[in-house]
Amino acid sequence: MDETAVHITVNGRARTATVEPRLTLADFLRDACRLTGTHLGCEHGVCGACTVLVDGAAVRSCLMFAVQADGAEVTTIEGIGSSDGELSPVQQAFRDCHGLQCGFCTPGFVVSVTAFLRDNPSPTDTEIRHALSGNLCRCTGYQGIVKAVRQAADTLGGAPR
Amino acid sequence: MTTDLAAGGTGATRYAGARINRVEDARLLTGQGTFVDDVSLPGMLQACFVRSPFARARIRGIDTSAALDLPGVHALFTAADLNPGVHEQWHTSSGPQTPETPRPPLAEDEARFVGDPVALVVAESRYIAEDAAELVDVDYEPLPAVVDYTRAEDADVLVHEGHGSNLIGELAGLPASALDEVLASAAHVVCETIHQQAYAPVPMEGRGLVLDYSPATGELTIYAATQSPHEVRLFCSRLLGMPEHRIRVVMRDTGGGFGQKIMVQRDEMCLMLAAPKLGVPVKWVEDRRENLIAAGQSRHEHATVTLAFDADGAIAAAGIDHVSDCGAYPTPWPVTTAAAVGVLFPGPYRVPQASFRTRSVYTNTVGRAPYRGPWQFESLAREVLLDIAARQMNMDPVELRRRNLLRRDELPYSNPCGMRYDSISPLETFEQAVELLDYAGFRTEQAEARQAGRYLGVGLSNYVEPTSPGYGYYATEAATIRIEPSGRVNVYVAGGSAGNSIETTVVQLTADALGARLEDVHTIQGDTAVTGFGAGAAGSRSASMTAGAVRETASILRDRIRAIAAHKLEAAAEDIELADSRATVRGTPAIGLSLGEVAALAYFDPFALPPGVPAGLEASARYTADTRSVWVNATHACTCEVDVTTGQVRLLRYIVSEDCGPMINPNVVEGQIAGGVVQGIGGVLYEHLAYDDDGNPVTTTFMDYLVPTATEVPTIEYGHIETPSPGPGGYKGVGEGGAIGAPPAVVNAVADALAPFDVSVTRLPLSPAAVVALIDA
Repeated sequence: MDETAVHITVNGRARTATVEPRLTLADFLRDACRLTGTHLGCEHGVCGACTVLVDGAAVRSCLMFAVQADGAEVTTIEGIGSSDGELSPVQQAFRDCHGLQCGFCTPGFVVSVTAFLRDNPSPTDTEIRHALSGNLCRCTGYQGIVKAVRQAADTLGGAPR
Repeated sequence: MTTDLAAGGTGATRYAGARINRVEDARLLTGQGTFVDDVSLPGMLQACFVRSPFARARIRGIDTSAALDLPGVHALFTAADLNPGVHEQWHTSSGPQTPETPRPPLAEDEARFVGDPVALVVAESRYIAEDAAELVDVDYEPLPAVVDYTRAEDADVLVHEGHGSNLIGELAGLPASALDEVLASAAHVVCETIHQQAYAPVPMEGRGLVLDYSPATGELTIYAATQSPHEVRLFCSRLLGMPEHRIRVVMRDTGGGFGQKIMVQRDEMCLMLAAPKLGVPVKWVEDRRENLIAAGQSRHEHATVTLAFDADGAIAAAGIDHVSDCGAYPTPWPVTTAAAVGVLFPGPYRVPQASFRTRSVYTNTVGRAPYRGPWQFESLAREVLLDIAARQMNMDPVELRRRNLLRRDELPYSNPCGMRYDSISPLETFEQAVELLDYAGFRTEQAEARQAGRYLGVGLSNYVEPTSPGYGYYATEAATIRIEPSGRVNVYVAGGSAGNSIETTVVQLTADALGARLEDVHTIQGDTAVTGFGAGAAGSRSASMTAGAVRETASILRDRIRAIAAHKLEAAAEDIELADSRATVRGTPAIGLSLGEVAALAYFDPFALPPGVPAGLEASARYTADTRSVWVNATHACTCEVDVTTGQVRLLRYIVSEDCGPMINPNVVEGQIAGGVVQGIGGVLYEHLAYDDDGNPVTTTFMDYLVPTATEVPTIEYGHIETPSPGPGGYKGVGEGGAIGAPPAVVNAVADALAPFDVSVTRLPLSPAAVVALIDA
């Protein structure tokens, strides 16, 4: 199959690769970049485990081809916290609130919530639940996750409406 | 917050009982976890299955030539290549004598469900492997299939010709006729047939293996998505006839299992058989479609259930006649699990007489597999029937339960099927839940809502379940603790992170047992090369069993630390206290040694140790279960509003009052309960692993198989009653209960909301269409 060169900036680092047009962005990140924090839970765009930021927008990397991300800035779960291991406010809130158990869906939640709180720093509880509805978790019953988003919103300084 | 360690006065209990943040989280929150699909080895190939598109078909031939011609394809296996390699195939928990379903790794002459593995393709990449799988030309002759399990016993078609019948097996207690007399004389008898649809564990991570066989050494390393790495090793050892110590199974992070990853299934057997033939590492990770069509179904069953009452509403007898769909290849043999439905049907109530019969049948659908509380139908059937009985008797369902629930002063209590309950508190959790709910207040609110044309409902359920099985394969658990020369502690247990937070709880327990600071304790789990045998995360056993293992091992080291410190400090060993990673003399805390100083003596000054104390500070021990079962009880209470036009059910409040004994970590306990509850909610309202009449699965994506999202789930409120178990620390199992208690509570809430329409809810799921149909009927 014909291969195409792509230039994608991932977590601030320029990556160049020659890929098949059918290679998903998720597989590009996992296999070519060895950034395996982006998980695949359904590969058809429902579960949200593979969510990454592409030019700031939360997208499902299983539904996007790497060639479509050519020239884009991508942030994965590995780029959310500090490089020294310090957790972001969203990550810290998930930890404080028991917002994860097996941890498989967690990267997608953290990335989705990071984008959500950037766009809506003071969400209502209903808005939080709606924002989370694009990500599936099978362990927590969402109890700790909902609390974590509330805590992260408060930490980040948005006053609840 | 009591432990036997604290009672001994030698170790500080500071961490057990506390809401400690998890040690697993740092890696999982930052994308640094290692799930099986994250393992990548040099030269590794990727595998993909060719699966049957027919529910039942004769396989007349397989043409692999086009697939093998595809560049990048390395190997293609059919049944003739892999199946002769099977030495033995049985699960350790079942043993070799169980009359298991014959399980050919790949389908031989006949495919028996849609998704049945027919061939295995191995290629350079998953993309190429999938391309090649589409090029494999299987000549199928479609055959009539047994799809409706309720007719399987009478069907002309046999799922397994060699078995001679579609009835896998049947177990029974007293026959139904034994209740004739009491039913005839009872003031009230209620009888219904209750149906539950198929649904499934659906962990967010599917099944998967990476296998690395070294021809030079004959060693096989398997990275697995599993709840039980030691069982994967044992099973593989028997399957291949390979010595157990030549196989190493590693699980670092498993993305949920809920029962589905307890036992090796046919797909995994294929990979184990193929790996030694490849000579390079190979990975198989199923996709969501495979998980939904081939990883197993659960819950598909019905029963005719009967309860008899005296004039005061006291239960006089209980009977259940149960049939379960076990698909084509159940794992494990389903007949004993089905019998648990029968023997647990009386529940946490005073039931003088009971009868049961359970039958398990084959169909041409995906095999039944374990799922969190595999016997939960007993609670669904009993609790739904209790509410139907209450309505028929014009009695309040709370009052009816209150009259029949076991009281503490009646324990131990043997139910009529021989289950001997102890250390439980059914009436207390019930009263606590009723109070948390403000039941009377809700009834007022409900009446007002009905005046306004809104339909609110409340449902309750009670259950009692056996956890931490103390027999056979499950009866023991090991721990090794190494206090390293610096004084830092490593604790090794079979364990493995599958969402149950066992790394955190083991660190808490070990820190307490040794009087060490939490940050001084680290745990290593999930690697058969360095951990002692353990049966894994199953049967809600991890808390009690690993607490026992840590207790046994730590007590050896505690004695040794105290002896060394006493010798050095010229004090009596019984006056040495361990806390804060220090050994100090009672009453004079300034005099003492750090754990590092004790370790330095133990490792580097062996001739200065007191007589009889061995050098080093490491020990291994194995706990053998104190009891055959650790009983746990809980009450669930749920309120809902039903939109009678659209059939939509909205849950309003959800309360769980659980007696899981003292909690090692309340966050972990509540997390386990919540996860189970939401799976139960999903099972009643949304999830349906459905087949059409021809046996085609119709829910093969998350667009069709609907798991609950954050918008459907209410806030869960918790109440705890604490009755210590007779086991280590008084701890009990809490992994499965949420999924047992939730379905009947939700069903009863919906039925209560619809009471003005005089409906009985006896068939699940309660999709909007089903609710509207009930109202319109």
